[in-house]
Amino acid sequence: MKRTDPESSASPFDSPSFLDCLKSLGYWEPASFTGSVSGSAAPVPHATTVLAVRYKGGVVMAGDRQASEGYQVSSRAISKVIPVDRFSCVAIAGAAGPAIDMARLFRVEIEHYEKLEGVMLTTDGKANKLAQMVREALPMAMQGLVVVPLFAGYDAGRGAGRIYKYDPAGGRYEEDAYHANGSGGLFARNALKMLWKEGMTRAQAIEAALRALYEAADEDLGTGGPDFVREIYPSVFTMDREGTSELPPAEVARYYRDLVDSLKRKD
Amino acid sequence: MAALPFYVSPEQLMQDKAEYAKKGISRGRSVVVLVVQEGILLAADNPSASLYKISEVYDRVAFAGVGKYSEFENLRKAGIRHADLKGFMYSREDVTGRSLANAYSQLLGSAFSQEMKPLEVEIVLADLGTDGRPDEIYRISYDGSIFDEPLLTAVGGRAEQLGALLRERIKAPLPLPEGLRIVRGAFQEISEAPLPVDQMEVGLLDRKAVGRTFRRFSRQDLSGILDTPV
Repeated sequence: MKRTDPESSASPFDSPSFLDCLKSLGYWEPASFTGSVSGSAAPVPHATTVLAVRYKGGVVMAGDRQASEGYQVSSRAISKVIPVDRFSCVAIAGAAGPAIDMARLFRVEIEHYEKLEGVMLTTDGKANKLAQMVREALPMAMQGLVVVPLFAGYDAGRGAGRIYKYDPAGGRYEEDAYHANGSGGLFARNALKMLWKEGMTRAQAIEAALRALYEAADEDLGTGGPDFVREIYPSVFTMDREGTSELPPAEVARYYRDLVDSLKRKD
Repeated sequence: MAALPFYVSPEQLMQDKAEYAKKGISRGRSVVVLVVQEGILLAADNPSASLYKISEVYDRVAFAGVGKYSEFENLRKAGIRHADLKGFMYSREDVTGRSLANAYSQLLGSAFSQEMKPLEVEIVLADLGTDGRPDEIYRISYDGSIFDEPLLTAVGGRAEQLGALLRERIKAPLPLPEGLRIVRGAFQEISEAPLPVDQMEVGLLDRKAVGRTFRRFSRQDLSGILDTPV
């Protein structure tokens, strides 16, 4: 720890970044690469399927609630979609511990900027900041602890929802329709490919997201489906002009009950 | 000939510094922080739409500063850094207005006694209560002295008159529209000039909100609130 007194180190041109502040105080040690690359690192909990779907005037983001350690369930009720500010959320897939840490830091980072500067970062600005954080975690990714976030937000300037996906090396790519990440991501993407339509409404997008999560849970062992016994359901957030709001679990439960009923064989 | 030894008595020195700081603060406009039924209201007479005097610090903590802009702006930023660091390293619930107010008090106190020029600022820290913990309003003066104000406080130019006037008219937390109208009326009476809505900077720590409770009112919001019938 170099300094403990933030006031004494303040300069008028200090970076508005919270991460820089942590670093200058000596509280942040960047992950370093030890040189050993392993395909299957120590068994740590992994967050599985998350997805985002654009609709007219907004974007919906959803994720299942299970964390898996290989073939075992390590948690049934983790939250993978994390609200960042009034207009955006980040969803995490990959090694759960570092991913949740990254999301938490990202949230403080965005909030810190907004408070210091008195204005919110642009959606692009937030997405770029997250790309830098993913890039910083590259040494960890090389050692098997891969963190791949998905970022979605309502862009007030454009009046539209936006989705960004990342690769472990910090690459940032904007998606114009939908994207899904994690072990069940491929199945969810396939489902969304069939379900997504240009100019969907909020309700249609929510329905598509929930259906895609169901399909992912159906095909992928790591992804948790709706749990009617413990009443744990996927978390769903929508972001639009009104801000970020979470869909009440009761509504998610109702959707899945109807879906399961319709899927049962009738003959 | 040897130079005469230069001596100023500590009393004189402190008095001069205090006078200097007071003069600087009294030249500016004022800010009122008031407990209302909906939360804690922060209202400033501020002709600038972008150079803020009130600000969010943390989930339930807000800041108001008067005096020299560059000085209280620095203090505001330091407070946000302190709060965000603490909330990140421990938990969001561990960030309290009291500990921030103490830090400000020490900072201002040591600046006052050690620096050549004291800081020409007065700041207010509001902490919205929760789960039975009462609302807290701290006023911290240029010399680091700290006051715990139960219902309302005023800082800045003619703060004493403003505070006295408001205390006479407000005895208990009022609904937000009524509180805001009284505050605006008091500003106008003290300055003997009309105070248009676009010259008011108003924020609220909202009791109904979850997470980050601070909200800044736009000009339209303000006109709407002031036009609400009682």
